[in-house]
Amino acid sequence: MVEQIVFILVSLFTLITAVVVVTNRNLFHAALALMASFLGVAGLYVLLDAGFLAAAQLLVYIGAISILIIFAIMLTRRLMHALESPFNSQWGLGAFTAVVAFAVMAGVIAQFWPVTPDSVTPLASRPEVSASILRGSVAELGRALVSSDAYVIPFEIASVLLLAALIGAIVVAWPKAEDE
Amino acid sequence: MNSVITSSWVLALAPEISLLVLLIIVLIYDRLIKPEERRQIGLVSAWGATVILLLTLGLWLFGNEPNVQASLRDSLIWGGMLRHDLITLVFRVMFLVALIVTSLISMDVEKLQRGEYFALLITATVGFSLMASASDLIMLYIGLETASISSYVLAGFLTKDMRSPEAGMKYFVYGAFATGVMLYGLSLLYGITTQTNLYVIGSILTGAQAIPVEANAVLLLSAAMIVVGFGFKIAAVPFHFWTPDVYEGSPTPFTAFVSTASKAAGFAVFIRVFTAGALGTPNPSREWWAMLVAMCIVTMTLGNLAAIYQKNIKRLLAYSSIAQAGYAMIGLVTFTPDGSGAAMFYLLMYVFTNIAAFGVIILVSNITGSEDLDDFRGLSRRSPYLAMIMLVALLSLGGIPPTAGFLGKFYLFRAAVNAGLWGLALIGILNAFVALYYYLSIVKYMYLYRSEEEHISIPVSRAAQVGLAFSTFFVLLLGVYSGPAFEWTLNAANAFYALIG
Repeated sequence: MVEQIVFILVSLFTLITAVVVVTNRNLFHAALALMASFLGVAGLYVLLDAGFLAAAQLLVYIGAISILIIFAIMLTRRLMHALESPFNSQWGLGAFTAVVAFAVMAGVIAQFWPVTPDSVTPLASRPEVSASILRGSVAELGRALVSSDAYVIPFEIASVLLLAALIGAIVVAWPKAEDE
Repeated sequence: MNSVITSSWVLALAPEISLLVLLIIVLIYDRLIKPEERRQIGLVSAWGATVILLLTLGLWLFGNEPNVQASLRDSLIWGGMLRHDLITLVFRVMFLVALIVTSLISMDVEKLQRGEYFALLITATVGFSLMASASDLIMLYIGLETASISSYVLAGFLTKDMRSPEAGMKYFVYGAFATGVMLYGLSLLYGITTQTNLYVIGSILTGAQAIPVEANAVLLLSAAMIVVGFGFKIAAVPFHFWTPDVYEGSPTPFTAFVSTASKAAGFAVFIRVFTAGALGTPNPSREWWAMLVAMCIVTMTLGNLAAIYQKNIKRLLAYSSIAQAGYAMIGLVTFTPDGSGAAMFYLLMYVFTNIAAFGVIILVSNITGSEDLDDFRGLSRRSPYLAMIMLVALLSLGGIPPTAGFLGKFYLFRAAVNAGLWGLALIGILNAFVALYYYLSIVKYMYLYRSEEEHISIPVSRAAQVGLAFSTFFVLLLGVYSGPAFEWTLNAANAFYALIG
């Protein structure tokens, strides 16, 4: 019951700040609201017993990505002061699409409701997670990332992905005078 | 699955590992040479890719890698992340051929003579290659992102050009959105099965135990979302809006690369995910099957009808490539080994055909500075060989014998008829006639119209000569003697279906 209330509060916080992100006229304030929204997502991870993910969310999204966004806004002076309307001519259509998409998804997921012990099917039940994995989840995650019968290849390829992104960033940001 | 790394696991990844070695060589070589010799980087990339192609084929012919007789359990390697089978090999060959020829035809475009360009082509190839062999949702996504990130930058590579950054940006925004939707679909799939391996998901969903009714709706939603991401990759209607703009604005060699390799990679994941039963048994009683068939019909028709009105040859070929994706989808939606084999053969011949066509466009537009159809006036008098290559490529795209395109379409339509999809085959054939109109109109420009610059021939470097001759040779070879190649793709599809069924 308490978990339910906390979940609703955290979700409301995440959603309200997310709405602020897309409706605020000041880009800087929108970026700050985005940080708050990320914080709410971290809270959701904690509720799901994913402590490591929550910490990663705090460090990476709030600590690095948001700061990067704020840097980008502050370095482009015009954006810092401009109060631009977040709506354009197609906002009605966009809102309509979003509502329809939400209704479809909610309708599909609501079919599983209510989840009572005897209605639980193998496909819909919550996965069984043993207590030992929960206790040492960070160690398990670390082992899975480097063991050859788990995720070592995706883990290594992620470094190729980052290398490609790095080269790409250089290409995009290279001073144009030196091009020729 | 045992956790001991066997030599066969490493050998299965040999092409990707060698590609990464080549990547490092290209990046270092770029720093070592003088700026005037920058042209050589393309040659290094092409030679490297050729060696890797020979290595891949050599491992298959002499090392029995991939082992065709291996069971599903043995062919799933690295903890079920990758599957090493003939399909992987077929697609790897396509990507490596695309990389070789793209490197060759890029060499003479001055603005592309940079190490970064070839480095990104190589990382994109690694991504495509892993997409084609991925058998796990996480691996699939990482492979797709590696390929996509490289592609976005390559599309916007000419930062001084007006249209190229626009193309890169459009590609990026559309791509990020499509990938996001796809990721949501994958997460729904994980949510109801708690598994990420395609074959484990497949065995749960197609197994003896009945799937609860609630799960069916989620499966359909998940399939729809996954199709958004895959449809974007293969440029199928209605996820095709980026195609004309990106194809037109990107550096032309990259357009050749993205229209062949990227499309093939999209089809590889399509075949793997849908036929593995990861979204339920693939058969016409599935709701999403009707969705795929509808997409296939609309893609063929819309692509062809829109192509008729194009005046820019890159836009024309962009719409034509949308239509070609529709034809290849015919083979996919049959969900028979015949159909998948035919689709793979079609993609293989499409790699050679489309790259030859774009190669000619690069050479012509290098001289004229634009890509209008009018530039092709009198090409047969200017450069008879270039006109000839373009003619062969266009005939192949249109599906006229003795080129590979004819047999590609023939196998596809035959597979559709054998699977009982008469209507689909008929729509495909009617579309092929529509397509002939605009392909032959390019021929008309080249052979019948005159221009004032007829006496100035178009210079063709040795690298471009080799690249174009190589592609044209295979277009004609696959057209007159397609037996071994078609048998090869058919075997790949048969082995794939045998292990799943």
